[in-house]
Amino acid sequence: MSDYNFAYLDEQTKRMIRRAILKGVAIPGYQVPFASREMPMPYGWGTGGVQVSAACLTPEDTFKVIDQGADDTTNAVSIRKFFEFTAGVAVTEHTGEATVIQTRHRIPEEPLREDQILVYQVPIPEPLRFLEPRETETRKMHALEEYGLMHVKLYEDISRHGNIATSYAYPVKVEGRYVMDPSPIPKFDNPKLEMAAIQLFGAGREQRIYAIPPYTQVISLDFEDYPFDPSKADHPCDLCGAEHTYLDEVIIDDAGGRMFVCSDTDYCAGRQADGHRGRLSPIQEAAE
Amino acid sequence: MIRLENVSKTFTLHNQNSAVIQVMQGASFTVTAGECVALTGNSGAGKSTLMRMIYGNYLAASGAIWIGDTDVAKAQPREIIALRRETLGYVSQFLRVVPRVATVDVVAEPLLMTGTPFETAHAKARDLLTRLNIPQTLWDLSPMTFSGGEQQRVNIARGFVRDYPALLLDEPTASLDATNRETVLTLIEEAKTRGTAIVGIFHDHPARERVADREIDVSQFSPKQVA
Amino acid sequence: MTNPLFSVRDVAKYYGGRIGCADVSFDLYPGEVMGIVGESGSGKSTLLNCLAGHLTPDAGQILFDTRTGGVRDTREMSEPERRMLSRTDWAFVHQHARDGLRMSVSAGGNVGERLMAVGARRYDTIRAQAIDWLGRVEIDESRIDDRPTAFSGGMQQRLQIARNLVTGPRLVFMDEPTGGLDVSVQARLLDLLRSLVREMGLSAIIVTHDLAVVRLLADRLMVMKSGYVVEAGLTDQVLDDPQHAYTQLLVSSVLQV
Repeated sequence: MSDYNFAYLDEQTKRMIRRAILKGVAIPGYQVPFASREMPMPYGWGTGGVQVSAACLTPEDTFKVIDQGADDTTNAVSIRKFFEFTAGVAVTEHTGEATVIQTRHRIPEEPLREDQILVYQVPIPEPLRFLEPRETETRKMHALEEYGLMHVKLYEDISRHGNIATSYAYPVKVEGRYVMDPSPIPKFDNPKLEMAAIQLFGAGREQRIYAIPPYTQVISLDFEDYPFDPSKADHPCDLCGAEHTYLDEVIIDDAGGRMFVCSDTDYCAGRQADGHRGRLSPIQEAAE
Repeated sequence: MIRLENVSKTFTLHNQNSAVIQVMQGASFTVTAGECVALTGNSGAGKSTLMRMIYGNYLAASGAIWIGDTDVAKAQPREIIALRRETLGYVSQFLRVVPRVATVDVVAEPLLMTGTPFETAHAKARDLLTRLNIPQTLWDLSPMTFSGGEQQRVNIARGFVRDYPALLLDEPTASLDATNRETVLTLIEEAKTRGTAIVGIFHDHPARERVADREIDVSQFSPKQVA
Repeated sequence: MTNPLFSVRDVAKYYGGRIGCADVSFDLYPGEVMGIVGESGSGKSTLLNCLAGHLTPDAGQILFDTRTGGVRDTREMSEPERRMLSRTDWAFVHQHARDGLRMSVSAGGNVGERLMAVGARRYDTIRAQAIDWLGRVEIDESRIDDRPTAFSGGMQQRLQIARNLVTGPRLVFMDEPTGGLDVSVQARLLDLLRSLVREMGLSAIIVTHDLAVVRLLADRLMVMKSGYVVEAGLTDQVLDDPQHAYTQLLVSSVLQV
């Protein structure tokens, strides 16, 4: 293997992080401070998620990393390699085979199971930050459940755009208590936050960990007359034809040609393997 | 309605070696409903001082000043405020208003403060301003920009807009022309007929003889000089 | 007679060995407006901040007649209760509008915040109330989506007042509400405050060093010096016939216009 301790971090650090995780699970949505370590990657590349993953991994685990839904981006590949190298765990690109999935900005389309852990990379854990920059004040607001300000943000959206224009990092209330930033996942993914798997959120630069235990109630904030709407692009996937997935828009030539494809690459590939076809599928003729 | 019992007044000038000046003692008199009493005496005899004590502006050193059931000399601020709102009107020589407020609002305010509907209050205010010959073009302007005589008439309108049971008048006819003076004297007579108890200072002799039932020479309350 | 809305008993605040304010007691009745005057450092702002719960007094009682729980000592309330009070039945108008406004949030959002804080969840209702209040403080409806940074000083102050009064508080604390404004703007604000106080039957405590402001706004007055109340009474009585040496000095020091 290597000269590193299993999964890079020393055991004391992992214990510290696990304590923070346990506390986070016990108080769903509450931001637990932890002593974030320097990691061999820059802040913003998922140092929080990596530390949470390191604390969760066992030698028997199968690890998957997605970035914006894709397994093959630089960030995803680097982190996957990192744990292959420092923990020697098995890795996969298939959602169904993974036991620990680290993600940036997406929840996999395939529903997760009770035996899986989803680890989010979080840039800014504090949902109230942009309206109330004082950390002392936002912590007090969480403690006292003073969340009127969160609706001020949504009010501002409607007054400026005619609807709630927040389309990612859409604030949620967890188990009727803490208001939480679900990390910059698209609001399309918000309904999936109520799931069977355990969800852990790590913010390395901000030194916060929080969690949503399995089957926890997660409600997206809204107004009675402007209800939450997990909108998606009005297109099917051009590769697999799926009409219920979150899509990326890809520019394919200099003439403004574009295509819509599933952002979850594994899910899209799985559907194509099952024979589903989209408008621009390259293997269309071959299959027919 | 208005009853003074043995009222005295001192001023302590702390910034001038704490000099204590006794300006009045033993002031006692009664004004019944519908009666108008004129305070007389030389300048400096204490007419205005006495008037201000009755209104609660000046603190009486001792004695009692009864307006109805309230002793102004001992009342709490809120009791005096309630008294001024409900019972005791005052037409001073100086108009003191919030800048920018329209004349008609200034006049209607005492009625609005006691819950009179806006329209009724404004109708009454407009009626009085008309009687006092304030041109309608001025009604929506602040009286702060008016001439002395106009300000005086706005002050009078404000004082008479409500039917107070007790009324204090400080030189109500000063700086008024004959027509307006006549209107003011008529207003005073109307108030008396309604049963208002009035204490007034009138330097205008004919006016005093026309409306006052009695005169009280304030100099009799001057402290005896120690020889 | 009605009961006091707000009763203060022997309130004191010390900064180490120095007195911030001491031995302050008074009753404020519904609908009363009380002014607190004194020079800089006289303890008037310390007192106001103690009363409003921004500072914790070292001694005394601050009793408020709450809507649901009867008379309560606000010092013994839990912090959530106190903060709830300051969002609903109390209001605080800061001298500098930017201390009392969210400068990055539109005028409508500023006014709506207190409504949302107490559970309003219908956008249309919140917006309608915001429009109503902007009108009451003489800000044109068309400015509702502008940020306060685009407003003049006087407009900002009026917006701050709207934001505070939208939940229909019963007690308003004001710290030099007209300080730092042009005189013409001051006059307009004074007029506005006076009519709002009358229409809403508000009780208010106004700290200022401007005697002309208290004469127009306040029913009664407390004069403070070196942390103590040296004189209290009806506003025009205190100003026209001051009894204490300091008040006499204060009144005689005002420049005549």
